[in-house]
Amino acid sequence: MRAAVLVFPGSNCDRDLARGFETSGCDVEMVWHKDTALPQGVDIVGVPGGFSYGDYLRCGAIAANSPICSELKSHADRGGYVLGVCNGFQVLTETGLLPGALMRNARLKFVCRNQILQVATTNSAFTSQYTQGQELRIPIAHHDGNYFAEPSTLDVLAAEDRVAFRYLDNPNGSQGDIAGVLSANRRVLGMMPHPERACDPAQGGTDGTGMFAGLAKILQQEHA
Amino acid sequence: MKARVTVMLKNGVLDPQGEAVRHALGALGFDGVGGVRQGKVIELDLAPEITEADVEHMCEQLLANTVIERFDVEML
Repeated sequence: MRAAVLVFPGSNCDRDLARGFETSGCDVEMVWHKDTALPQGVDIVGVPGGFSYGDYLRCGAIAANSPICSELKSHADRGGYVLGVCNGFQVLTETGLLPGALMRNARLKFVCRNQILQVATTNSAFTSQYTQGQELRIPIAHHDGNYFAEPSTLDVLAAEDRVAFRYLDNPNGSQGDIAGVLSANRRVLGMMPHPERACDPAQGGTDGTGMFAGLAKILQQEHA
Repeated sequence: MKARVTVMLKNGVLDPQGEAVRHALGALGFDGVGGVRQGKVIELDLAPEITEADVEHMCEQLLANTVIERFDVEML
């Protein structure tokens, strides 16, 4: 299994995300934003957290228009897997790979804490190792994580079972307590919480490992 | 030639920053401010051949996120 992690100026969770993929046995390559191709044979592309381009204009807006992101879109269009975490989720909404937008937190404060999430669907590679309704303790750290989408879009997400995670005790005002959403083909996941920061006992928890393990399992099946 | 682009949150999209400004104005004793909406103004220096339609494309592709924002282009 091969993973690529994109690196933008201002990314700061890129190495954590690479480590997350490695916990499930992936070979990981870092890819600079000015590159115009992804490494051959990449199964999954990780879009990391941080403050790409200093959050100028809007969070993720400049990164979404960087050279590597047209490759990211082609990869997703071919049915490749994509995981965007935090700023990576913002990038994925800005590219249009996922619906909706992430707005300033309702209480206007940067929120950094361990957050309880509920697994809202197990029908995806990312969530297949969890049980429906399982509660996970995953860190969040963001200023703009307030998920917004038109009511019609929210209806589609609900009807197609595309909400991956919901917050218990909503920290940012997100509609429907939405913490992570899937694409229509269920292979692109964007989420504000940081599963890669919950992959080692030294980080205070390991609830995030199931996501990387689930991905690895599905990828192995697809390669078999 | 110049263009001035105004980007505002769409009506109906909650603007927590505008709300905070409204509260702060009230706390300073400025009564009668019923609502505050905060947006951004972007000024562009343009080559003569650039048209208003070009600037609108710029808004749709980058300057505004049309999921949550609306924009207004003024050619100066």
